[in-house]
Amino acid sequence: MADPVPAFYNIRFLDELAAKKSIIHNVHPLMKLLTTGVYLLVTVSFNNYDLSSMLPLIFYPVIIMALADIPAVPIFKRVIPALPFIIGIGIFNPIYDKTPVLVLPWIVVSGGWISFFSILLKGILTITAALILVATTGMPKITSALGIIRIPGVFITQLLLTYRYIAVLDEEAGRMVRAYSLRSAGEKGIKFRDWGPLTGHLLIKSMERAQRVYRSMCCRGFAGEYHTGREKGISAGDLLYLAGWSLAFILIRRYNISEILGWLMMGAKK
Amino acid sequence: MHMADALLSPAVGGTMWAVTAGVAAYSIKKVQGELDEQKVPLMGVLGAFVFAAQMINFTIPGTGSSGHLGGGLLLAILLGPYAGFLTMASVLIIQGLFFADGGLLAMGCNIFNLGFYTCFIAYPLIYKTMVRRGYTTRRIFAGSLLAAIVGLQLGSFSVVLETLLSGITNLPFGTFVMLMQPIHLAIGVVEGLITAAVVTYIWKTRPEILEKAATGELLGGITIKKVLTVLAVAAVITGGVFSWFASTYPDGLEWSLLNATGKEELEAPDGVHQALAYLQEKIAFFPDYGFKNNAGEAAGGALGDEGMWPAVDAGTSVSGLVGGAMTLILAAATGLIIRTVKRGKGQRFV
Repeated sequence: MADPVPAFYNIRFLDELAAKKSIIHNVHPLMKLLTTGVYLLVTVSFNNYDLSSMLPLIFYPVIIMALADIPAVPIFKRVIPALPFIIGIGIFNPIYDKTPVLVLPWIVVSGGWISFFSILLKGILTITAALILVATTGMPKITSALGIIRIPGVFITQLLLTYRYIAVLDEEAGRMVRAYSLRSAGEKGIKFRDWGPLTGHLLIKSMERAQRVYRSMCCRGFAGEYHTGREKGISAGDLLYLAGWSLAFILIRRYNISEILGWLMMGAKK
Repeated sequence: MHMADALLSPAVGGTMWAVTAGVAAYSIKKVQGELDEQKVPLMGVLGAFVFAAQMINFTIPGTGSSGHLGGGLLLAILLGPYAGFLTMASVLIIQGLFFADGGLLAMGCNIFNLGFYTCFIAYPLIYKTMVRRGYTTRRIFAGSLLAAIVGLQLGSFSVVLETLLSGITNLPFGTFVMLMQPIHLAIGVVEGLITAAVVTYIWKTRPEILEKAATGELLGGITIKKVLTVLAVAAVITGGVFSWFASTYPDGLEWSLLNATGKEELEAPDGVHQALAYLQEKIAFFPDYGFKNNAGEAAGGALGDEGMWPAVDAGTSVSGLVGGAMTLILAAATGLIIRTVKRGKGQRFV
């Protein structure tokens, strides 16, 4: 049976990374959010057959991870579980698109394979970008950035509460499942007739907890909205961060930098 | 199944973001206006409950496999459509951020596919209709099962449309549908059974929870109509804006970004070429390498000719229009379904 605790560890791992101090962690959360947005848009705007010109986009996660002191292997381990669906859809391209696009002396590469690998690359880049946003910013700061762009307080409060209570309820579910498996002698998973009582009981516990949470929030002066503290203002450096990265992404989109590099190295004349 | 960023074009992703934001804004207004503030912590904790429940493996009778809860339908049943939709949205946002499940750009698609259909179609039209004459175990099971199946079928069909309109896959429409729908039929059955089991348990032990949820919401034909109007307007506006960019310029995103930043700098290929040629003289590793002519032509062509921009993709420019059209068709279909169901209801009670 799957241990219910990993969700908690997953969140905690990214939270711990977000608590580090670095030049990237210091950038204003809204600028990081917008930079990630530009990056994602530029990444997915590449044509499926533009594998080579897309490659320089890898620089962004590499640079951020290096600057923010984020370990690559654990991040990549979290990227992998998200890939099967992308691969499952993309793998049909080599089957349906057999147009030869690159003829090398020893192998003919079809358009389908090029587009498959570009989908895969897009997948890795976009997922990594989202993970490093959280790993360098953290949930409270991301929600404060959402507040700046005028997302209503009700939604932000609710989002933050969900995020905070995952660890609590995950532990609760973990205890229940552990107790169940200890009493069910080698059974895998939860049997059908126990689905309702077990999950329903967890649900009732959760709802009662919500009531207690609400009462204690009221005791501390909750009036419908969370106060997440004062966020520092946006400095010129923050704006430069957004502008610099955006310009870099646009240049990558505009020029096939891989090809230019190849051209420079080969010493060919125009 | 969660839609991924890699399977989307900016136009389809952007349109779905705008549509979802429209539905969310309307739901927030509803929740703020009509429900007690106690509901906000309840929504938060129930969102966390969905995560906790997703960690539990349910053994599926008769097969060796196991399934887990999606949560959209259960949230709608416990909180009503508006609060249910918002809670599902925050569940999906956290999944996208922390678990790499779905992407940030695909968030609009995912919230729509997994939240909208269950909370605004399957829950009010199927589940509520089936249990309106009072709860019984059989009605709860039938209602949850059918609602979950329909919700997931619509959601997975949307994934097919969104992927195809983005021009990412070469899969033909028919094959794609035949791959996705049966898988989601199975997922829908499991989702329906889990939801039914939980709701039945709650109904037997704490019936007031379900009663409170049922009275705490306002749902008539008018409110659904308003949701759909917001949806259609958002789709038309964003689809229009995207397709306007897309049809006037080779790539709307590129064009607008170029205009927003240093346009002249970027549009000076000659200067760039000269600088590059100079740079090349300095750093060429293999100055007299055999392939130079071919490589030079290829690179020169790619740089010099505007028509050779790296990704001038007709598919992208068309998808803004088609994405908008798709949403309109969906909205129209939804309207038709509601009308048909309402007409059916009217006949039964006259």
